[in-house]
Amino acid sequence: MRKLCGWSLAFWTALSGAAPLTEPPTQFQLANGMNVIVQPDRRAPTAVHMLWVRVGSMDEVDGTSGVAHVLEHMLFKGTPSVAAGEFSRRVAALGGRENAFTSKDYTGYFQQIPAHRLPDVMKLEADRFANNRWPDAEFRKELEVVKEERRLRTDDSPRALLFEQLEAAQYVASPYRRPIIGWMEDLDTLEPNDARAFYRQWYVPANATVVVVGDVQVAQVRQWAQRFYGSIPARAVPARKPREEPPQRGLRRLEVKAPAEQAYVAMAFKVPAFQGFQTPHTTDALALTMLAAVLDGYSGARLQRALTQGSDRVADSVNAGYGFSGRGPQSFYLQGVPAAGKTARELEQALREQVARVAREGVREEELRRVKNQWEAAEVYKRDSLFNTARELGTLWIEGLPLDTNDRLMEALQRVTPEQVQAVAAKYFGDDQLTVATLLPQPRSDKPPRKPTQPLRHGGTP
Amino acid sequence: MNLLRCLQGLTRAGRVGVALLALGLGSAQAGVKVERLVLPNGVPVLWVQTPGLPMVDIQVDFDAGARRDPKGKEGLANATADLMERGLKARGDAPALDENQVGEAWADLGASFNLGAGADRFSLTLRSLTRPTVLDAAIRLAARHLGDASLDPDLWARDRARSLASLKESLTRPGTQVERAYARAVFGDHPYGREVTEASLQAITVADMAEFIQTHLRACRARVSVVGALDREQVRERVTQLLAQLPTDAQCAPLPSLPPVQALREAQNLRITLATAQSHVRLGQPGIARNDPDFFTLTVGNYVLGGGGFVSRLTEQVREKRGLSYSVYSYFAPGLQPGAFTIGLQTRPDQAEQAVQVARDVLSTFVREGPSERELRAAKDNLVGGFALRLDSNRKLLDNLANMHWNDLPLDYLETWTRQVEAVTTAQIRQAFGRVIQPDRLVQVIVGP
Repeated sequence: MRKLCGWSLAFWTALSGAAPLTEPPTQFQLANGMNVIVQPDRRAPTAVHMLWVRVGSMDEVDGTSGVAHVLEHMLFKGTPSVAAGEFSRRVAALGGRENAFTSKDYTGYFQQIPAHRLPDVMKLEADRFANNRWPDAEFRKELEVVKEERRLRTDDSPRALLFEQLEAAQYVASPYRRPIIGWMEDLDTLEPNDARAFYRQWYVPANATVVVVGDVQVAQVRQWAQRFYGSIPARAVPARKPREEPPQRGLRRLEVKAPAEQAYVAMAFKVPAFQGFQTPHTTDALALTMLAAVLDGYSGARLQRALTQGSDRVADSVNAGYGFSGRGPQSFYLQGVPAAGKTARELEQALREQVARVAREGVREEELRRVKNQWEAAEVYKRDSLFNTARELGTLWIEGLPLDTNDRLMEALQRVTPEQVQAVAAKYFGDDQLTVATLLPQPRSDKPPRKPTQPLRHGGTP
Repeated sequence: MNLLRCLQGLTRAGRVGVALLALGLGSAQAGVKVERLVLPNGVPVLWVQTPGLPMVDIQVDFDAGARRDPKGKEGLANATADLMERGLKARGDAPALDENQVGEAWADLGASFNLGAGADRFSLTLRSLTRPTVLDAAIRLAARHLGDASLDPDLWARDRARSLASLKESLTRPGTQVERAYARAVFGDHPYGREVTEASLQAITVADMAEFIQTHLRACRARVSVVGALDREQVRERVTQLLAQLPTDAQCAPLPSLPPVQALREAQNLRITLATAQSHVRLGQPGIARNDPDFFTLTVGNYVLGGGGFVSRLTEQVREKRGLSYSVYSYFAPGLQPGAFTIGLQTRPDQAEQAVQVARDVLSTFVREGPSERELRAAKDNLVGGFALRLDSNRKLLDNLANMHWNDLPLDYLETWTRQVEAVTTAQIRQAFGRVIQPDRLVQVIVGP
């Protein structure tokens, strides 16, 4: 032990040397199947350490919705050697910041730390990944915290409620139909053993990756990873049922009543996802990305210009977005707030007309060039944040994509042509794969209202 | 047991590590060396050269935040910022650009440009690649926003209508309601407590905006902060170009003085009825200005009380022990004038009274007794040990520089930061909280059913 402490300091001092500021990521596997990704970035003496588990709300089954996220909360509640709450106290004492997040596709835990504290947080994280234990009472208390989180994020947020209902209507078989935070009714009946079973089932080394970005050396991180994570016994990753969504056969429409002043309309079109560079859908996925950017990628892009300007504008705000990739099915979204005196239906038609126009008339080279310039610059800007770099690497692993995907993506996107954009606008935006959700504003009165697009976090202050 | 000893050993070692850390920053990053230069027109610039990425971040701050909005025209600073972003009139060979052309021009450069106002500051921020052709064009375009804003009345009419609609929408939300009622109660008639209303938006004209620009956006009032892959000469040249269209004066006319923030005379309990799933709670009172001599003492103290992630007393008592709230926190908001000290939480309506009582008890006990030596040590370990995390990106460095500049902090502020934290004692925290916080004179606002 003493040796370890002394060693990390020695490591630290050794670093004022002359290695390059940044290096490409390196990936390797431990004997127990756990994956490790390391990207040195020596612009500052800090590091971010993340543990990603390939399990999210999409891996839940009916009746226990929300359990992936509740379990994420419970990971802070102790191991035989680290008491409840002690994990956070130790990370804080190391000068660290920490949190965790759950999405449909994954659960992640992270600490941002001075780089010489890396072995300490790796040791702590490995311990709770392998040995998380807590009494029922801790679970029941924390479940109440999660319900408060649901009330805060969803029940009192009309647009969050709208998206929750939209996804529930959009999918019948795909587990993407369930909210990450869980239905309140399921949370009410969730039991400690539901969380324990989920933990035993999914928190196995071959179902997880460690990501380290910062002022570190790959060989050193490898050694620590072997010591702390490598000692966790290997177990089989459970088989997953694909639960593919059957083809939708016609438009689905729903309304949500909630206390609000402004109406809202959200349309989700089922479209192919990006799953690598050599699939039948690759070209379309790239073109859909470009379509979203041409519609709404910058101030003054097509949607804004056509729908939110002038005295007879149809919308106060509009938005287009494409999910692009993930473990589950992806959608292309069009949404917005109708202007005063306009109806949600008028906005719906106007939004679809903008896609139809691209299908009819195509897009201009200069629009594509503009978007490509923006992406190229954004590639530089995003490297300013170690956290973003780590998150990107974690997400790629979760989706089973190679680590050079984003570089290759930038090249591939540069080659997208106006014809390809026009083709996807013509192909995917009919009625049959569409779900439309409309928010009907109500005066605030009786029943309280409920999509988180962002991963849920273990906690935080606004 | 072994592990614990080891961690303690590390923590102790960490304090030694801090000195090393400062060295590391200097060498590994060739530049948390904060430098200052003054342009020929008198504008001061703080800058840090970071060669790691081919990009630069620039911020220009003016003393023209919302607190200087004329009474009855609340929202003027932000409305002006928005409209300045949306259109340029022709000047020389530079053509007029409408809002869409402006958007396209920025997108073509892959640069981001923003104007906005907080309570104290009116700020311009620019992020661009440092490739000369791109940076040239970005600086020129940003300079035009400062000098050639078209302030089109039709655009304002539309933006106002949109703002009115979104204001009405926001008033249906408990979070907005609680913030507004709380600020009114804490600050009374002081500008920090005023709010944007339908009437104030209706009262604002583009002539007001022109006057705002004329009064406030002058070279003599600008404070500039720069972080990125630029050397001293390049910083000097780029900032000079950026501000080229601002009027220069031998000396700035003084701005009107603002009223002081008044201490609360008595406790106030407010309840606003709204049928919501949760009650939103705020507790607090006027706190401190940034130049308060106890700034560090209160910062360290608040870490223990309600600032420190999952390890604060408030989180421990309200969330960890009782499961009453997802988020519970306390903070100071030190400005040019005293901002609020605030505790906030949200909880199921039937538990609101209980949660408020727990929060009040935690605060009272803390003000009476201060932190324990152990808590103070834990706070310092986190703040000092984690200091490097405050500086590990260009964006974070820019925030620090702008903060130093705005508050007239010394150039060695970042070098002495950890020492200032280390110097704080439990007695000082108890004394400072005792002076600043009066638990029997709090504003309490609960919004819920």
